[in-house]
Amino acid sequence: MKDLYIEGDEIRDEKAPAGPVAERWDQRRFSAKLVNPANRRKLSVIVVGTGLAGASAAATLGEAGYQVKSFCYQDSPRRAHSIAAQGGINAAKNYRNDGDSIYRLFYDTVKGGDFRSRESNVYRLSQVSVEIIDQCVAQGVPFAREYGGLLDNRSFGGVQVSRTFYARGQTGQQLLIGAYQALERQVQAGTVEMNTRHEMLELIVVDGRARGIVARDMVTGEIETHFADAVVLSSGGYGNVFYLSTNAMGCNVTATWRAHRKGAYFANPCYTQIHPTCIPVSGDYQSKLTLMSESLRNDGRIWVPNEAGDTRDPREIPEEERDYYLERIYPAFGNLVPRDIASRAAKNVCDEGRGVGPGGLGVYLDFADAIKRLGRPAVEAKYGNLFDMYQRITGENPYEVPMRIYPAVHYTMGGLWVDYDLQSSIPGLFVTGEANFSDHGANRLGASALMQGLADGYFVLPNTINDYLAAGPFEEVDESTPEAGEAAEAVRARIDKLLSINGNRTVDSFHKELGHIMWDYCGMERNEEGLRKAVERIRELREEFWQNVRVLGENEELNQSLEKAGRVADFFELAELMCIDALHRRESCGGHFRSESQTEDGEALRHDDEFAYVAAWEFGGTGEPPVLRKEPLEYEYVEMKQRSYK
Amino acid sequence: MNITLRVWRQKGPDDKGRMVTYKVEDVSPDMSFLEMLDVLNERLILEGEEPVAFDHDCREGICGACGVVIDGEAHGPETTTTCQLHMRSFSDGDTITVEPWRAKAFPVIKDLVVDRGAFDRIIQAGGYISAPTGTAPDAHASPVPKADADRAFDAATCIGCGACVAACPNASGMLFTAAKVTHLGMLPQGQPEREARVVQMVNQHDEEDFGGCTNIGECAAVCPKGIPLDTISQLNRDLLGSLSSGAAE
Repeated sequence: MKDLYIEGDEIRDEKAPAGPVAERWDQRRFSAKLVNPANRRKLSVIVVGTGLAGASAAATLGEAGYQVKSFCYQDSPRRAHSIAAQGGINAAKNYRNDGDSIYRLFYDTVKGGDFRSRESNVYRLSQVSVEIIDQCVAQGVPFAREYGGLLDNRSFGGVQVSRTFYARGQTGQQLLIGAYQALERQVQAGTVEMNTRHEMLELIVVDGRARGIVARDMVTGEIETHFADAVVLSSGGYGNVFYLSTNAMGCNVTATWRAHRKGAYFANPCYTQIHPTCIPVSGDYQSKLTLMSESLRNDGRIWVPNEAGDTRDPREIPEEERDYYLERIYPAFGNLVPRDIASRAAKNVCDEGRGVGPGGLGVYLDFADAIKRLGRPAVEAKYGNLFDMYQRITGENPYEVPMRIYPAVHYTMGGLWVDYDLQSSIPGLFVTGEANFSDHGANRLGASALMQGLADGYFVLPNTINDYLAAGPFEEVDESTPEAGEAAEAVRARIDKLLSINGNRTVDSFHKELGHIMWDYCGMERNEEGLRKAVERIRELREEFWQNVRVLGENEELNQSLEKAGRVADFFELAELMCIDALHRRESCGGHFRSESQTEDGEALRHDDEFAYVAAWEFGGTGEPPVLRKEPLEYEYVEMKQRSYK
Repeated sequence: MNITLRVWRQKGPDDKGRMVTYKVEDVSPDMSFLEMLDVLNERLILEGEEPVAFDHDCREGICGACGVVIDGEAHGPETTTTCQLHMRSFSDGDTITVEPWRAKAFPVIKDLVVDRGAFDRIIQAGGYISAPTGTAPDAHASPVPKADADRAFDAATCIGCGACVAACPNASGMLFTAAKVTHLGMLPQGQPEREARVVQMVNQHDEEDFGGCTNIGECAAVCPKGIPLDTISQLNRDLLGSLSSGAAE
């Protein structure tokens, strides 16, 4: 395997304070250097992406008085894909008096992440969660309320308390609109300059510091250079490497991948979350997959027929001939086991031939009992919009026929490596939200992505970036700085190359083929042989792409094929690194399941003696193997043990 | 199914634009409308013709990026977003006309893509609650009666797609503006800025070249999120109150 990568020196998170875990965040805020309000006006920050992690960071840094430049590829910052998050956001408020606490949220998250995240980070996340809810309510986020006027909660996978705050099935939308409005308020105040329909295509590094970006104006095609004292990437995850995922069509890895090529370590790229409750694929024209919120597992019961090949109408299958397999295998958590476990269980029953629907790739999510128990109006009030969405997409009525669901790629726990301050391995480059790797380990719990995005943007980054900026303003840079000119030139050359190939295949046809390779060999279950094959096939396909892709039109116009081509080119490079990461991690943990490493009952088997580390990958150079830098993980508070949800 | 499409093609903001007819064959009823356009675009590329540009992103009806006029109706025959419209709503042999949103405040950028930046500027003018990060009291400090919370939520579900403007004979953006005014105005947190907010947002709306509202109601009829028309009454009430109290000066 050493043919595929080189092992470098170990790394450490130098910023994480020692001492009692509950005091570390206080300690770091106290030890971080401050910037006085008058000096903040002289300092500038670029924020790429306007999802929860980006919009909240840009708004908060603007409020603090920094000059902020915000970028998004969409026509408005309000469209970032955080908007599609449905279920909710966790916070250790203990409003239910059900035994919740900051410590319990911390414990659940470390355990849910299968002991592959950092205790310090997760504890801070749990502490800050409480403030997020306060902040969002103050902004006017219309969370669900009870008749007394107080906030309602529900429970989510992997936990036994009710700590999830929600706004019907549109929690992400409401939180993002809150952050978007805070951002627009700063645009009006003149502290934030908003650049919509702009895509970051390169990072500018000068004297070892991140000092700016090269962005393409997607309407005019102009290649622009933008400069600042620090750069923040909040550009989301890379699930679209699989082509079919629950991500938006435009979600891509380019911002973080380009930064990786400039020296930022990419951590744990193989940790991918396959979400158990998505609408199954219906045909090869399919462009995306739609999630049905995990919250449905609160009231819906998941089952398949006892016998393989049973094609009866589900309503005609009697109770005793149904296998409620999650309730059977995991009686303590039942339908609310963590996502990785629920997904794999669905795959297993389908592999046994008991799957339902076209191609046998589906399981039932049945609300008949809930409707009997609560009445249809109550079910409608809780999940109405999700049921409508299901019916619109499938043409079936879930109030009458059980929903069919199947796992789909949903979230990526891996991302750019960051220290406790959220700074990457390039000084001055910070990374927030799904784009970084830091808090979820090998598996993210439901309702924790919104929590992490907003924690990073509202509360963590604005309290750590000052430690870096206190040394600024840094030396003046502009277009004439050689590093900036070279970066812009590299972008132009890449675009010219893509437009000049004029081959025989469309960008989408390459993307789909890449997606199939990744799903087959680097999806829910992985093994040595398959991953090796995948690396080979990705390399061949990438070569063909650069000789045979057809991108029409020109750069100086809105050119959606050109946009896609650049993104897919970067997905090819990332895909190879994901497979190498998955190959080298010869254990199963969370969303990373190696068939060679499982317990007797088929659960993920970790090898803590060998793999209790973050795999941070350093770019080795074009065509050169990547360099593995291990960051050892230590657990002082939560005892590392085999996860059990039985 | 076999479909004939008449699609608006316009190379750029200064191009005059024209309708072009395309045939799309072997369309599955389970395809979404946008997936049908994907199929057309894949073929066009292989034939050497530039694909039809259209805005879209989440494809699950929530980001608000997509939106075209289909056979004269914003988002087409069902009350949903274009991405959630499926081909089962059409019949074999249909001819379907596809155009961009038509409104002075939404200039065409290319083909079916328009510039909706005016909506962002209306929000900038006052569509927010000033709550700087870190200043918030405990979330339970001010309970909100469920009925108010629900009404605020119903208005807050607006996705900013612009169908309301495209459907309005006056190309008014009043439903969009009213949804935000109602959302924030129903909550205790929104009260301090309530009177100034409505005046500033309506002023910005008018500056953006949206037409005036004459209570026709086409906006609410096409709204994929069902934003109720009475939000506009709420806006008018707030506006009148604000102007007569002089609080917005």
